[in-house]
Amino acid sequence: METVTDSKLEKILKSGQLAVTSECGPPRSADPEPIIKKGEMLRNHVDAVNITDNQTSVTRLCSLASCIHLKLIGLEPVLQMVVRDRNRIALQSDILGAASHGINNILCLSGDHQSFGDHPQSQNVFDLDSMQLIQTVRYMRDEGKFLGGDEIKVPPKMFVGAAANPFADPFSIRVPRLAKKLAAGAEFIQTQCVYNLEKFELWMKGVRERGLDKKLFILPGITPLRSAGMAKFLRKNVPGMDVPEELIKRMEGVDKKDQADEGITIAIETIQRLKEIDGVAGFHIMAIEWEQKVPEIVERAGLYPRPVIE
Amino acid sequence: MIVGEQKPFDEIWEMVKDYNKLTVVACNTCVAVCHQGGNKEAELMASLLRMKATQEGLEIEIVHVGVERQCEHEFYAAVQEMIGESEAVLSLGCGIGVQFMAEKFQTIPVYPGLNTKFIGDVVEKGVFQEKCQACGDCLLGITGGVCPITRCAKRVMNGPCGGSTDGKCEISKDQDCAWQLIINRLEAMGKLDRYEKLTPIKDWSKDRAGGPRKFRYEEGDE
Repeated sequence: METVTDSKLEKILKSGQLAVTSECGPPRSADPEPIIKKGEMLRNHVDAVNITDNQTSVTRLCSLASCIHLKLIGLEPVLQMVVRDRNRIALQSDILGAASHGINNILCLSGDHQSFGDHPQSQNVFDLDSMQLIQTVRYMRDEGKFLGGDEIKVPPKMFVGAAANPFADPFSIRVPRLAKKLAAGAEFIQTQCVYNLEKFELWMKGVRERGLDKKLFILPGITPLRSAGMAKFLRKNVPGMDVPEELIKRMEGVDKKDQADEGITIAIETIQRLKEIDGVAGFHIMAIEWEQKVPEIVERAGLYPRPVIE
Repeated sequence: MIVGEQKPFDEIWEMVKDYNKLTVVACNTCVAVCHQGGNKEAELMASLLRMKATQEGLEIEIVHVGVERQCEHEFYAAVQEMIGESEAVLSLGCGIGVQFMAEKFQTIPVYPGLNTKFIGDVVEKGVFQEKCQACGDCLLGITGGVCPITRCAKRVMNGPCGGSTDGKCEISKDQDCAWQLIINRLEAMGKLDRYEKLTPIKDWSKDRAGGPRKFRYEEGDE
């Protein structure tokens, strides 16, 4: 398959190999060291690293600067960009800025509502929504134009991703919604954490029936559970997160000190099972503040070594 | 209609306590419907203020009066003189009424007795809900008659987002997910195929974003 950007992620996906991406949350300070440290942990075991954009609406070192830090140490960043905090002028400006630093991947998101974060009194922007951001990046890249119509002499060549949550409601529009993201221009999809495999399989079935898996790359999200408490917390408190009761029981069934290991094992089993699903193009492993475990998961899931791209 | 809510009494008291002659002005349209700024509420507010003044040992002459709509000149004819003689005015109208009076009575301070909340409807007795943000470019024709700009916390134009759970919004279980409502409506009308049409990027220049708006009706246009 022909590639259109310099993205390593695009090259691996289009070569037909399973891709592995991971995620880093930037620190709440001006010190870039935590990002670099996390990047080093992931360096040999993933193809690209997402940098979150003020996730859960908590103010952090910005995604773009963090991506640059990773790029400078030779990693392949995925710039996460939410439409909550910037209007179309700022979004397009940051896209150009990112491309000028050789950042080749972008994940277009709406962003958590600010009421969840550390500044619930803030205004939100939502000039565009996440689908319209996908359209914007594609328009800038493919037409070489700003939304306003002016020409971009050197367009940003970015591989464009989006999120999908097969577990949110209403389920009936979750496949049509993916089709809509494809129509908007999404090229790869990273999904919400998969714990409910039956539901994910059902969603994938619908995805395949419409041939969507042939037109974009789907990377299911994997987040290892660290404890039974975390499993219960996610189930109860995170909207759109589907943690089946049996998984909570399984976590509770092992000694507290062994629950983290059990969580890793579950993550690996999940990957093994997802590998069997037609249309799965890779994995997005989000080990939240537990990045040191990613290499083990990747190795034990048989996803190591990672492909080498010239 | 415009929905307002009375400010806390202490806040109102702090604004008006230093005047000797105060007029509380009701507005008998929108804010009377939500029981916050009509004649009845103005009468009650005036007596509460009088009681407070007595308690504080202050002599303030407090009267109240009502106008049909504080936002139109023609309704002021009967009360123009009375308001004109006040040292200060407490308006129980919305923000429009307060500004209209401030402009009309250039030398008299006009204080807001309400916080103007939103443009909404009466969903059931005593319950008011925001329905329109006056974005200036109505989308309701393509969203099944449910406004995502107003009723989605993230004003997602191609929703729902990943936080929609059991028909509720991620920010509150008391809040319906606007996109669930839109999908329900499209389904009920047999128009669910419309869901997959991308809603175009919005022209916000017709919104507040484009600067304060004005509309002129020319009679000759008819």
